[in-house]
Amino acid sequence: MGKVFAVVLTIITTVTVAIFVSRHWWFPQVASAHGGAMDHQFVETFVGAAIGFILAQLSLALFAWKYGERKGETRPIRIFPGGAKWLVVLALVYVGSEIILLEFVGQKVWAAMYFTPAASDSLQVQVLAGQFAFYFRYPGPDGKFGPIHTAKIDESRGNLFGIVQSDPGAKDDIVTVELAVPVNKPVELLLNSKDVGHGFYVPEMRIQQDIVPGMEIPLHFTPTKIGKYDITCNQLCGLGHHTMRAFLEVMSEEDYQKWIAEQASLQ
Amino acid sequence: MANMPLEAQHHHSPPTGFIRKYVFSLDHKVIGKQYYFLAIFSVFVGMVLSWLVRIHLVWPNVHIWGLGALSPAGAPGGVISPEYYLSLLTLHGTLMVFFVLTTAPQAGFGNYALPIQIGAEDMAFPTLNMLSFWVTFLALCALVSTLFVEDGPPISGWTAYPPLSAVGKLAGPGQGMGQNLWAVSIALFCVGSLLGALNFITTTVDLRCKGMTLTRMPVTCWAWLITAILSLLSFAVLFAACVLLILDRNAGTSFFLPSGLLISGQLQNHSGGSPLLWQHLFWFFGHPEVYIAIVPGFGLISHVLSVFSRKPVLGYKVMVACLLGIGFLSFTVWGHHMFVSGMSPYSGFLFSIPTLIITIPATIISLLWLGTVFGGRLRFTTCMMFALGFVSVFVTGGLGGMFLAQPSLDIFLHGTYFVVGHFHMVMGVAAIFGMFAGTYFWFPKMFGRMMNERLGKTHFWITFVGVYCIFLPMHFIGLQGMPRRYSSFVNEVMQPLMPVHKFMTIAALITGASQFLFFINLFWSMYKGPKAPENPWECTTLEWTVPSPPPFDNFGGKHPVVYHDAYEYGDVQNGKDYVMQTDPAGSPASG
Repeated sequence: MGKVFAVVLTIITTVTVAIFVSRHWWFPQVASAHGGAMDHQFVETFVGAAIGFILAQLSLALFAWKYGERKGETRPIRIFPGGAKWLVVLALVYVGSEIILLEFVGQKVWAAMYFTPAASDSLQVQVLAGQFAFYFRYPGPDGKFGPIHTAKIDESRGNLFGIVQSDPGAKDDIVTVELAVPVNKPVELLLNSKDVGHGFYVPEMRIQQDIVPGMEIPLHFTPTKIGKYDITCNQLCGLGHHTMRAFLEVMSEEDYQKWIAEQASLQ
Repeated sequence: MANMPLEAQHHHSPPTGFIRKYVFSLDHKVIGKQYYFLAIFSVFVGMVLSWLVRIHLVWPNVHIWGLGALSPAGAPGGVISPEYYLSLLTLHGTLMVFFVLTTAPQAGFGNYALPIQIGAEDMAFPTLNMLSFWVTFLALCALVSTLFVEDGPPISGWTAYPPLSAVGKLAGPGQGMGQNLWAVSIALFCVGSLLGALNFITTTVDLRCKGMTLTRMPVTCWAWLITAILSLLSFAVLFAACVLLILDRNAGTSFFLPSGLLISGQLQNHSGGSPLLWQHLFWFFGHPEVYIAIVPGFGLISHVLSVFSRKPVLGYKVMVACLLGIGFLSFTVWGHHMFVSGMSPYSGFLFSIPTLIITIPATIISLLWLGTVFGGRLRFTTCMMFALGFVSVFVTGGLGGMFLAQPSLDIFLHGTYFVVGHFHMVMGVAAIFGMFAGTYFWFPKMFGRMMNERLGKTHFWITFVGVYCIFLPMHFIGLQGMPRRYSSFVNEVMQPLMPVHKFMTIAALITGASQFLFFINLFWSMYKGPKAPENPWECTTLEWTVPSPPPFDNFGGKHPVVYHDAYEYGDVQNGKDYVMQTDPAGSPASG
């Protein structure tokens, strides 16, 4: 029975590692400036975890193979050489150094996204999430957003955002149903929700942020690849959760200017 | 002197009537079995729910017999609607986390075995013990009744994040009565768990028999003690959170609700609350909860590996220290569930440190298990197979935690199937393996009969390979950014993953079906299994010194005295390779 266990466990271990290493199922291609560092960090963690995984599973398999009791056997047991001490040392050194390494490497990525504010020349876009759609607002030529109030939201009159129309800052604001941004330019999103909690997840951009009602949460990134990406809601928001999506379109600077002018004319 | 009043207080004669004997029983052994069967019922329902969830994902149009009658609105004609999918997964998660993982390992096996293992006649507070079970039973009734109310169970997931969970019917089907019942159920469950925790702590501290010093306790008892302390400190917080949620829903308060919410076009009259407050309270409970589910398993697996390797637990004191360390650290890591929640990014950085540090005691424990098995004389009983399986799945699932503990990786992985695979493996499957090991181990004592080994082994093999087939692929599709809680596959990233989902669903159906082997084994052996001897596993601890099943007061009026550590295995003396804890002869205990 122990030998069968050893064989099965070895097969499971091999298949698991092989699938990971083959990268058949792997991250979608990076399309943002910070994403590469994140993927790198994942690989580093993966190497550390894989070594632990292989050693632990194979030793378990080996021991099950080797130490099964035969009927009536009185072979003396063997205490692990050195007792628990060396295992404690091993765990402290191996896991400890792994932790220190990962914290140092990892925090750089985290800090770049969250501790440093968005670049001053970032394109600011306000996002309003609601059951089950995203809307986007660009500040227009004046670079200013007017205030919003959920009480002012009136879809029948086209006020999707709850814009206070009398406010001068809101005059040239542009509201869209798609998020378009120019490539290689920093973007800062200001995330708002009008009803329940939502999520803003674009795997290719390596960004994810919950959107919490009552809070405006900033999130910045720099897209580096032209293309059309899915924005999915990744915080359970109700019966239509899985239908809640929008597109993030990364365009060349010229295309973006054309697009935003066209959107402005539609307001 | 101190013993007299306690013993007088605890001496009660066996009840005679059916109701006092089997229903409102004060006997810890009966209450332990009651909890066990409550968990068996819940795990069965939870498993069927997971089948429905998996079937809906890959065959969304299939008609499921009987479901249309149960919920004409949620599953018209037996076809599960997207919102009913959410109801089912909410109920699945809640049942499994609370009524399975929190009951059987601690309140079930703990109630049954703890008093006997420490040489006590019963728990410290038998009436409280009875109450804790019946409150938990009420909690289960409240939860299951959501299936039968209008609009069905809530759709907000087992984590019930507000505002979705707090604004009532407007937020969607199931958010009316269903969500109210959910909140009441969980609040009741907290009360039951708190009563149980008090009892466990007092019993362990006060009722150990002569000679049962703390360091002679089996690791199981340490694990139950530590789990009880975690329960006491964390369920109190969840209870408060549930009360606040109930108030927000029904009394117009705004603990979790900010101003200006526009739900289904209606402006809400709330102001000043914070949805993040719920997340903090919930996860302050929620992370210790993970350890409440798994620490009893740690104890049991250490115990069982030692028994069936015929070796002492390697580094007993280190093991206990690690359990204590994990218990303490588990209160410092809740923020890792909230890296992308909108809380301060500085907190995210801070929370990642203890989260990574907690892997050190967890790694030491796993290494100690390997070291215990090393050089032993392994007896591959079904119980031992599940213990070895536990080590394997715990390591696999635990390593996923290395990724999720890092906030910068969590930005990508949060809310994906990677998380689903990780927590199912590390706390779901591992804890369930612990329960199987516990069942195969204590069944002879609990029911006086042996379980069928051949059936048990078949059950093990299908389950062991099955859980890898179900939960490992979840990690892979998580890497592709497949979000959890999606009832269908809406874009070009998700659609190609359909074959993987089909594979997982088929694996889940087969693995689930194989659990019937277990149920058959359980109920058949209970009545027809061969009679169990007093000590079938040649184990040293006190429960194996009494008849199977034990008499009402456990020790037949005698007061056991302990002379040895719990794990004296290996040296063959007089044809035996173990020394009972109560054996006055034999080599004296050494650290």
